[in-house]
Amino acid sequence: MTHQSATIVEEDLHAYVDGLLPETRRAEVESFLAANPKEAERVRAYQKQKEALRALFDPILDEPIPPELLHPQRRWSWPVLRYAAIVAWITLGGTLGWLLRGADSRKPDEQPNGFARQAAIAHAVYSPEVRHPVEVGRDQEDHLVAWLSKRVGAPLKPPHLSQLGFELVGGRLLPGNQGPVAQFMYQDEKGQRLTLYVRIDPGTKRETAFRYTHEGNVGVFYWLDGPFGYALSGEMKKEELLQIANAIYHQLNP
Amino acid sequence: MSAAEEITALIPRLRRYARALTGDRSFADDLVQDTLERAWGRIYLWRPGSDLRAWLFTIMHNLHVNQARTRRSEDSIDLRNEPMEFAARPSQEERLEIRDLTMALRRLPDEQREVLLLVGLEEMSYQEAAKALAVPLGTVMSRLSRGRERLRALMSEGSNAPQLRVVK
Repeated sequence: MTHQSATIVEEDLHAYVDGLLPETRRAEVESFLAANPKEAERVRAYQKQKEALRALFDPILDEPIPPELLHPQRRWSWPVLRYAAIVAWITLGGTLGWLLRGADSRKPDEQPNGFARQAAIAHAVYSPEVRHPVEVGRDQEDHLVAWLSKRVGAPLKPPHLSQLGFELVGGRLLPGNQGPVAQFMYQDEKGQRLTLYVRIDPGTKRETAFRYTHEGNVGVFYWLDGPFGYALSGEMKKEELLQIANAIYHQLNP
Repeated sequence: MSAAEEITALIPRLRRYARALTGDRSFADDLVQDTLERAWGRIYLWRPGSDLRAWLFTIMHNLHVNQARTRRSEDSIDLRNEPMEFAARPSQEERLEIRDLTMALRRLPDEQREVLLLVGLEEMSYQEAAKALAVPLGTVMSRLSRGRERLRALMSEGSNAPQLRVVK
């Protein structure tokens, strides 16, 4: 790699091989190569490498595209199946719970099968969704707010978490024990997702502190704020999740 | 062209790169599928007008780095001497040369192979490759230079190696 001419450097030789040099520079490299047979041989070897790569792999461009790449919905549909399995599992749990009624005197929100757990399950079901993580996207935020507020029966507004690096993806409506529940989904730039699960119980006037529980990897902070019950779920460190829960609480109670 | 159409139009190129990168048809198509799923799931993060191809190759690069790390820790089988699947149907006399190239490619470090393929197959400029791999331009240049030289050495070594008389 010793160059007689100081003006031609290693990068020029590669740019020559790759056809990235302007005309004048190319001529300079060519005269350099004419005077340096060893370097010329090396450059020829690199050119042959490139040609061989193209010859070997270009035919892939003409192969028919496997249908699963064109219609990835096949793989995207599996969370629906998983949801069905989880619903079956909850139903079984509910039946067992009914059979064991009286054995657990805790308030419904504190029971393992309660609000926080449902939030964690809804998070686990929808947060990995690629194609349809939400029913209504943030591009229709007004519609999302109006629709969910109407269905849930109280004015709802998704908090904005941009300052914490999470953008609203959108929301969906889910069945809950006491009527419809709203789920808002957020995502940061690494693709990490959070969900905020909100239900309304007009009869409740309680306020509670943050409570924490987890289902598998999904951590949940949940709290009651008058008629609203909130559960924030995410697969992240407890402290990080708490910071976000705090931000949400302060946004909802300015 | 909509983003969806653009992504679809890029699938053959993603497949070509993935095959050359992994040396295995099913690994490669899984990688493409993961890349597409990730891209669809984040399509709203992509800014219209920015380079969709660079974005897709960046996603694929990140997935490949993660998968390669997992594979390395999960299985210790050395694949370097396994025959690579041929994309082309080579004639008898071409077979040795192709075998040399595929085996030599496989023996390059991932980071050198990536640069070599982005530049050699995808015909990215050095700046584009730097952006797709999220490394400085100087790193792309040194990987390209070392990768090409290594490939040259491996191939000249391969053509003299007696065991290569045994054709698959």
